[in-house]
Amino acid sequence: MNASGAELTGESLHPGTARGPLLVLTEPVSFWGGVNADGVVVDRHHPQRGTSVAGRVVVMRDGRGSSSASAVLAEQIRSGHAPAALLVGERDAVLLLGALVAAELYGVRMPVVWLDGFALDRLCSDDEVEVRAGDPPGPATVRPCVAAR
Amino acid sequence: MTRSGTGSGTGSDTHSGSPLRLTEREQQMLDGRDGEAVALCMRLVTGVARASGAPRLLEVASAHVDGCLYHGRAGLDFAERLVETGGRVSVRTTLNVGSLDLLHPWLVRDQEIAASGRRLMQAYVELGCEPTWSCAPYQSGHRPALGSHVAWAESNAIAFVNSVLGARTDRYGDFLDIAAAVTGRAPDAGLHRDEARRAVLVLDLSGVSRALLEEDVAWPLVGAVLGARAGTRVAALTGLPGDLADGGRTEDRLKALGATAASSGGVALFHVVGVTPEAPTLATVAAPGAPTLSVGTADLRAARDELSTASGDRLDAVSLGTPHFSLTELAALADLLRGGAPFADGVDVWVSTSRRVLDEARALGYVDPLLAAGGRVLTDTCTYVTPVLRPGTGVVMTNSGKWAWYAPGNLGVDTVLGSLAECVASARAGRVVRDERLWG
Repeated sequence: MNASGAELTGESLHPGTARGPLLVLTEPVSFWGGVNADGVVVDRHHPQRGTSVAGRVVVMRDGRGSSSASAVLAEQIRSGHAPAALLVGERDAVLLLGALVAAELYGVRMPVVWLDGFALDRLCSDDEVEVRAGDPPGPATVRPCVAAR
Repeated sequence: MTRSGTGSGTGSDTHSGSPLRLTEREQQMLDGRDGEAVALCMRLVTGVARASGAPRLLEVASAHVDGCLYHGRAGLDFAERLVETGGRVSVRTTLNVGSLDLLHPWLVRDQEIAASGRRLMQAYVELGCEPTWSCAPYQSGHRPALGSHVAWAESNAIAFVNSVLGARTDRYGDFLDIAAAVTGRAPDAGLHRDEARRAVLVLDLSGVSRALLEEDVAWPLVGAVLGARAGTRVAALTGLPGDLADGGRTEDRLKALGATAASSGGVALFHVVGVTPEAPTLATVAAPGAPTLSVGTADLRAARDELSTASGDRLDAVSLGTPHFSLTELAALADLLRGGAPFADGVDVWVSTSRRVLDEARALGYVDPLLAAGGRVLTDTCTYVTPVLRPGTGVVMTNSGKWAWYAPGNLGVDTVLGSLAECVASARAGRVVRDERLWG
């Protein structure tokens, strides 16, 4: 499946706009311990170890692990190694907080969007998408920008 | 972070609760009546409350803050912003580990982490937090009451306070922990709510060897299996022995279980039927229709093998005390060490604990046997979050499932998971020694 042609609608958890290639995480990963400061997945239990999340629209169906992930994500946003946006299947506070604090301290808004399982199933890695998220709990859209591969 | 959404036209009816309603007092905090630090903290609390569909905020009795561990400049910028704008905690707040051992600062080798880590730890103390510097505050005098609402961070502490003490916290992380401590409020959502605390999955461990369950090594492995099976879901475990009034043994086992389950999955609450306070019976705690999965000795062995990345018997170091060792764990270690051989040359043995437990253990004579054998004690921090191990350390043995889960990624070392007795025997022998009879 792919997102070509179909605009997906979800709920904004944190506002912002972003564009980038999708990275669908096939298993949950903790941003603390599982992703390094440069945005590379280093969790040796993870099948996508070695992949970078930086600049990608990262799709996470479930959260995992450490509560320190907020600070790691905020620092990645500050230093430019964060995902372009997060599309999540759980209303997990940990990653949302990283986005909230980065916006407070640095004025950088990395959108966080909640999508249902049906919408998450339509996303596949490397498709280029544009994410637009309004003020929460308003709507957010995920729109393909180019034809699927 | 605007105050209200328009509500309609979301294209989704999935928002789980009614709109967030604040009390007059809470609205004043948000509007800046108590200063900018309180307002900033209230923006974070309400931002999360809104995303999670909380209808209101709850007053919390205490907080445990994990934000004092240095992960880069953003965390430091945030804490110093709160200090500069007059922030102060409004409820009892303990602190998790920091990036350096303030009592033994030379043990941390990286100078940038040492300098920034020290500033960060100082900022949290200036906010009024207690300098406990422990991931096991529940064994350093901070034990919230059954049923009380708290805002705790750090995944093992969350799992423990929810599961073993029966206080109620959701999975808080950096930033929200101190925001809740400053405002005294947390979203009424997630594991604060009755319905979210019911088990949606049952793990039946009656097939696991009873002899194995008498060994401490079994318990982090039960946690590893729980995390893998449950993910972030609440599970009930049946077929496990235990009594939380037995002087600490069961408590330490469940601490190891929860810490590993929180690492290998995202477990924030588990129930052990007949042992933990919310689970006198399975019927009390299981949601209708919760499926049951059987777990056997072979599953625990597979978890042990996954947490042991080293092959061969090379050994460079032993790391104990993740989460921080309790007084009973230090007593057990002292019992194993008294009158025995010292540790082999070339094997560094580290034991992490809190200052308070270290003081008590020292007074009871539990520390001398460790030092006499050549071991070292680390307080305030932990060997897997900060550069303590000697450069070139390749293989580390540990009794901690959490340490074994994270250390390969964090530190680039290989791990061997073993019991406390196996760790001691290996440290003495200078090579990995395991008692395979347990697994027969």
